[in-house]
Amino acid sequence: MFDRRLVTNLDWAFVGLILLTAGIGIANLYSATSGWNPSGTPLYLKQGYWLGLGLLVMAGVSMVDYRHLLHLGPAAYLVCTGMLVAVFILGETNMGATRWLDFGLFNVQPSEIMKPVIVIMLAHYFSRHEHPDGHSISNLVVPGLILFVPVLLVMKQPDLGTAMLLLFIGATMALFSGIRPPTLAFLGSACIAIALGGWFLLHDYQRARIRTFLDPERDPLGSGYHIIQSKIAIGSGGFWGKGFMQGSQSQLSFLPERHTDFAFSVFAEEWGLVGALVLLSLYMLIVFRGVLVAHKAANNFGMYLAIGATSIIFWHAIVNLGMVMGLLPVVGVPLPLFSYGGTSMVTTMIAAGMILNVGMRRFMF
Amino acid sequence: MPLHAPLPDDKGRKRAFEWLLFAVALFFLLIAARLWYLQVIKAEHFDNLAQRNRTRYLPIAAPRGTIYDRHGEILVGNRPSFTVSVLRQDVTDKELLIQRIAEILECSVEEIQQNWAKFKYFPRYLPLPLKSGISRTQVEKLSENSIYLQGMIIETKPVRSYPCETAGAHIFGHVGLISAEELEQQRPEATSRAGDLVGKSGLEKHLNNTLRGIDGQLLVEVDVRGKLLRQRVKTPSVPGKNLTLTLDKDLQIRAQKELEGMAGAAVVLDTNSGEILAMVSSPAYNPDIFTNGISTDDWLELLNHPRNPLQNRALGGQYPPGSTFKPVTALLAAAYPEISKVDEVIDCEGKTKIGKRDFRCWKRTGHGPTNLKKAMRESCDVWFYTMSMRLGIDRIAAMARDLGMGQSYALPLDSERDGLIPDREWKRRRLNEPWYMGETAIAGIGQGYVLSTPMQLALMTATVANGGTLHKPHIVKNITTHTNSSEFESLPEVLHESAIPQGAMAQVKASLEAVVHDPRGTGRSCRIEGMRVAGKTGTSQVISLADDDEDLPEEEIIYRHRDHALFIAYAPADKPEIATAVIVEHGEHASKTAIPVTRALLLEYFDLEDPAQ
Repeated sequence: MFDRRLVTNLDWAFVGLILLTAGIGIANLYSATSGWNPSGTPLYLKQGYWLGLGLLVMAGVSMVDYRHLLHLGPAAYLVCTGMLVAVFILGETNMGATRWLDFGLFNVQPSEIMKPVIVIMLAHYFSRHEHPDGHSISNLVVPGLILFVPVLLVMKQPDLGTAMLLLFIGATMALFSGIRPPTLAFLGSACIAIALGGWFLLHDYQRARIRTFLDPERDPLGSGYHIIQSKIAIGSGGFWGKGFMQGSQSQLSFLPERHTDFAFSVFAEEWGLVGALVLLSLYMLIVFRGVLVAHKAANNFGMYLAIGATSIIFWHAIVNLGMVMGLLPVVGVPLPLFSYGGTSMVTTMIAAGMILNVGMRRFMF
Repeated sequence: MPLHAPLPDDKGRKRAFEWLLFAVALFFLLIAARLWYLQVIKAEHFDNLAQRNRTRYLPIAAPRGTIYDRHGEILVGNRPSFTVSVLRQDVTDKELLIQRIAEILECSVEEIQQNWAKFKYFPRYLPLPLKSGISRTQVEKLSENSIYLQGMIIETKPVRSYPCETAGAHIFGHVGLISAEELEQQRPEATSRAGDLVGKSGLEKHLNNTLRGIDGQLLVEVDVRGKLLRQRVKTPSVPGKNLTLTLDKDLQIRAQKELEGMAGAAVVLDTNSGEILAMVSSPAYNPDIFTNGISTDDWLELLNHPRNPLQNRALGGQYPPGSTFKPVTALLAAAYPEISKVDEVIDCEGKTKIGKRDFRCWKRTGHGPTNLKKAMRESCDVWFYTMSMRLGIDRIAAMARDLGMGQSYALPLDSERDGLIPDREWKRRRLNEPWYMGETAIAGIGQGYVLSTPMQLALMTATVANGGTLHKPHIVKNITTHTNSSEFESLPEVLHESAIPQGAMAQVKASLEAVVHDPRGTGRSCRIEGMRVAGKTGTSQVISLADDDEDLPEEEIIYRHRDHALFIAYAPADKPEIATAVIVEHGEHASKTAIPVTRALLLEYFDLEDPAQ
């Protein structure tokens, strides 16, 4: 059953990039949380455990030939959508949002699982419905439904960040598979119309976030505080940075959520533009590597799968970076491999595993 | 497995990948551009914000300059004042801490609790003051028990100390917290902040900008909760400039002591420079009561005291000089013999008629034949009436002004008054009335409209003593910075040089010496063994008594109706060094009050033993 070619074809460079980025992330967490009084295991060590678990997940996902996923797709999609519905009935409410399902031993966040599942499902659809001239509206009805049912469910939780990510991932795959220009123009204007209309459907706190994003100084100690302090941290890092463990914003606790969503701000403050660009290059290389895997995939399904998995990592990175730099509203999206948290680590590693999976089986037909 | 084979590398697929890579690169480029904007273009802006986030500036109080006397003795210094404060971030058990502190300070728990509540909104990195002005023994007790008083700190700040106690309170003045109006006045170039100490009166007020130091800054690093993490001195404080006064500390203290129990003033001047050697006003107060904020009771007591201890009588008290004015008239008479016919002997019959009115001499029986010397010695009013009438008010006024009366000297002190030397022009302007003959006679003996401050009397005396040179009186000898470099050095300043013939001057000075040294002189009780003293007594009427009341025994005239007693003097008579003026309100006779004070000052200054005692 085990093919030695799998090991030779394993993209070690990709694995190296993942490990390097995660390693920097752990070192950064060490700095970000150094002022904390540890009760139990320090966070950076816990993140190390999560990385270990993530690597196991990545290995596991890459082992099973991705072609089996093709059949698993619809079933996984249905189960996962069911779980999203179940969240409304049975979910754990935390900080005003209901996102978790309690499985006794562990909690599950169905919206996180939905990210790889939607990729599989859409890869399934698009690989079977190719149109040389691109999709028309009627072609997009089915993938649209596949995408929007979970997106709306997640939005209702409410979890704007994840809903947005699902949308971006789905849109990326659809765009990649090709859409006719007039259809694209129509969809673009529809999106703008929905965005304007959607304003009225948003929760107050979500509107506040967007308002604050547009003008953080409106409420410098309230909802604008995160963005302002994050920008101060990044900006004050300057070209060379303040040095490891030397960031005043981070070390003196002015920067909130600095171990999770704003971990990059800590890094940018302490390592400056130079360090931030190095880290940015790592993410770009990971994404390019994913696209390369898609390009060399053995079949269409693998290609779409790699594109989708790569877009998971890509959009998380871009949304988080845009958020901490004040380019996007604060929507609570973690930076893959960098922000503390098991959920993010596992999701990222599933995506990485899928990319590896497609990459190492590129010569199999 | 109906896997669709990948479409051959057709054009569409290739372009899709190209677009994809382009889009990815574009997004990363956008992020990189944003980083460049934040970290390079706006780096300085955000760096400032980060600095402001974590740093606070605390003022370090600068000690005020020390005030020294002419010999370098401290008149007003600085001493540490102790305040018990708490650094809340270090407090573990608030209630227990309050209880223990209250126990050691022997005050109520409520008082400490109230202070704590009052400053509740102080930033956490600032020590919260619980009680100020605690004693050294209390400080020691608190320090000994500091391990049981976690979070407590003892803060030290410089406050004023007054080794002279009441002596010179009116000169030095006091300091207090700057008021809203004072802050407003400083605009737009405000150099003080709320909470600063500023001079409120006297030299402290008038030379506040010299005496005040420049506060330093303590840079404090805090975390997001305002907890103090580190501190370092950014700019050290610069102490205020030191003031050396012309005062003689011992003389000043002696003068204050001699006037104790009386209301009045004494001024001692250096006859050759105009330096003020001593200047006291009585009753006085100890400025120390203002140090930790004066209590309402103390303040009301000062304010409502019948003898007004807040007033500086030496500069602000205007009195009719009475007979102490006579040297002015005499000098004028001697200087213009052709008008005054000063060499004529005038027969004093106890009164003289001017117009239709009788003007009486203080001696009802009369002095008999009187010349200048006798007139001065025995203070014969009739002789001075006669001279005044011959010379006229305008000449008298001009001479008085030449000798330093009727004007103020812009001393850096409170409520200095001009006094009043009347003349025709003044009366027309001020009262819109012509000048009456009789008023000239009255003015010639220092009564009527004539008013003088003790300071002006001393100045007139000094000018006569040195032969007619009017020096500008001054009190600041020099100003030095805390590093001892000189900022200002006062030099004697001549305001006027009187052209009085030597002979006339000698004649008047001899008569003034006779006042003290002649057995018949009114000032004979001022005589000091081995020292030639010249002087002149004076009495100034507070109210005019009805004729028949005049012979009442003194004890039966109520205090506020008693005459003021004055005495001016200079010594040594042959080579004058100092001039004095003493006034004792309601002191009745100079020999009873003003002369003993003057005598004590002369003994003190010349360091002589009093053979009488």
